[in-house]
Amino acid sequence: MFERIREKLNILADAAKYDVSCSSSGGTRKNDNKGLGNSHTSGICHTYTEDGRCVSLLKILLTNHCIYDCAFCVSRKSNDVKRAAFTVDEVVELTMNFYRRNYIEGLFLSSGIFKNADFTMERLLLIVKKLRLEQRYNGYIHLKTIPGASDELIKEAGLYADRMSINLEMPTEAGLKLLAPEKSHADVIKPLAFVQQNIVQFGEDKKLIKHVPKFVPAGQSTQMVVGATPESDKDIMYTANTFYKNFALKRVYYSGYIPISNDSRMPILGTQPPLLRENRLYQTDWLMRFYGFNVQEILNDENPNLDVDIDPKLSWAIRNMQHFPVDINKADYQMILRVPGIGVMSAKKIVQARKFGRLRIDQLKKIGVAYNRAKHFISCADSPYQLKDYQGTEIKAFILADSQSKYLKTAQNQLLLF
Amino acid sequence: MTYIFDGSLTGLLTSVFEWFERKPGKVTLKSAEIFQPEAFAESLEIIADQGKADRVWAGLQKKLQKDWLRKFYCSYLSELPDAYHHLFQFSCYIFQQQKGAENNYGNEHVIALSKYAKSVEREKHRMEAFIRFQQTADNIFYAGIDPDFNVLPLISNHFKNRYADQQWIIYDLKRKYGLHYNLDTVEEVSINFEKGSAQQNLTPALTDEKEQLYALLWKDYFKSANIVARKNTKLHLQHVPKRYWKYLTEKQLS
Repeated sequence: MFERIREKLNILADAAKYDVSCSSSGGTRKNDNKGLGNSHTSGICHTYTEDGRCVSLLKILLTNHCIYDCAFCVSRKSNDVKRAAFTVDEVVELTMNFYRRNYIEGLFLSSGIFKNADFTMERLLLIVKKLRLEQRYNGYIHLKTIPGASDELIKEAGLYADRMSINLEMPTEAGLKLLAPEKSHADVIKPLAFVQQNIVQFGEDKKLIKHVPKFVPAGQSTQMVVGATPESDKDIMYTANTFYKNFALKRVYYSGYIPISNDSRMPILGTQPPLLRENRLYQTDWLMRFYGFNVQEILNDENPNLDVDIDPKLSWAIRNMQHFPVDINKADYQMILRVPGIGVMSAKKIVQARKFGRLRIDQLKKIGVAYNRAKHFISCADSPYQLKDYQGTEIKAFILADSQSKYLKTAQNQLLLF
Repeated sequence: MTYIFDGSLTGLLTSVFEWFERKPGKVTLKSAEIFQPEAFAESLEIIADQGKADRVWAGLQKKLQKDWLRKFYCSYLSELPDAYHHLFQFSCYIFQQQKGAENNYGNEHVIALSKYAKSVEREKHRMEAFIRFQQTADNIFYAGIDPDFNVLPLISNHFKNRYADQQWIIYDLKRKYGLHYNLDTVEEVSINFEKGSAQQNLTPALTDEKEQLYALLWKDYFKSANIVARKNTKLHLQHVPKRYWKYLTEKQLS
């Protein structure tokens, strides 16, 4: 019995790990029934795997039996792997006992599609209902919406889950058709839109009626696989931007493709996952969401791909030197935020601090500005006088000369000969 | 001039009161624990006085928003000698300025406090993340910790709200006190461990029979969730510094 549950957990956790979302933020559930669990607004990462990814949720599949045969997925029908399925009680027990020991922040439950969408969604719903209603569990629940499941089931699941998500898988329709001919983006868009409408509707009701149940309080997210098909960074980020805009998504995740099969349509086994590219995409995502950049400023027809050697913010600044230098003591917050080497926290502190007097270099350093990078783009009270206006390319050379990329040395499997 | 105080929050606030009472000019604040008499410097021993401390705290409450009162308290909990001095200087600065002076990030004491508070809040958050309870045979969930800063007062509510239906003890092995939640309230406790037995992890004899099973399942899960092709030890260590490994069930060998 005990060995069997270990084996199941190994199989079904292993199959679930390619879903990168592990955030537990945005939950608003309070422990008001003297039960177990109370959400933490910003989420908590309880540990990190050796690949440096956070573990905050018990991320498992209910089963890895699947009727689909998507080339990029380990659980595809034609793949020769061990199959297993949890019972409802097993998932509930695992979640409760892991949570009680402060191992996890909650449950991330996904599943292969067995029989059909409704049958799968019903099983997922059984688990979350049992946790919430019988076990008085108030921890975080991230639930996969199964595309094609009926509206009633999805709506009911939304009453118990904190976040729901459906993966786009490939950034473009063409890419998806190539690797998973049975699927389309439209299958994803329909339930995403349905859940989004309900989130808005429940929000509206809440303004008028006091006791409205929570509906997916932590919002929705999606994920795209990067590097399995030949899309440009522009394609990927434009798709992400559209989904952020149309469905008010909380997050779009980018998952570097890790070769798992000999399929000739995709990178061969043993190819390094595109970790650097993934990182650059996340940086762009952050610039869009927190730094007030339009995706068109960073990626466009002249620059369809992100620079590998420098980050997208620096890359934008170098292409747009006409905006610099920025006077730290006068410029508005939005412009300060665009300076390479200044983050959101530093920008906020600068705007506060300069009310008390003109800021100097030493103060900027203490505030947390990466001065060696920022100095090419700013002027402050005691900036040294500069005779020459440097070109963007020269500045790039300066910055590259005194910084080391954390990637270039590790990302390749190639050893140095000398 | 050096002010020497007893290391308590009351003492620290009293010394601010005394400074305004006497206006002795430039003062350094040190706790009695680390104070070394100097040949040519004067010193004054501050006697903690609840009345005076309350007046200073009430004054700070008038001048500062809630978030800054918390930063003040967090900096105090850091227990760092320099933090005491900065807290003292910060208070004097705040009382001498118009309201809103805490936003002057160009001031060294303001920036110092925000940094101490950040470190302490980070440690608090790490405790919320890295504490691992072990279920004892008498059904209490136990965790022994030795945090860099005195964060027990900060994490008490988090655990009380979260684990409302189970008894738990979180014990600070370094500072020799702990918190016990008895399904109703959280109380401060101190445990007399048998010599040499004060420890992070309980021996199997003391734990519930299911404890080892779940610990094992958790270790299995931790291994399964890793993607070998993405191995990144540097990032791993950045997120989970080695000094915390002793807390983590998934990092224990057996």
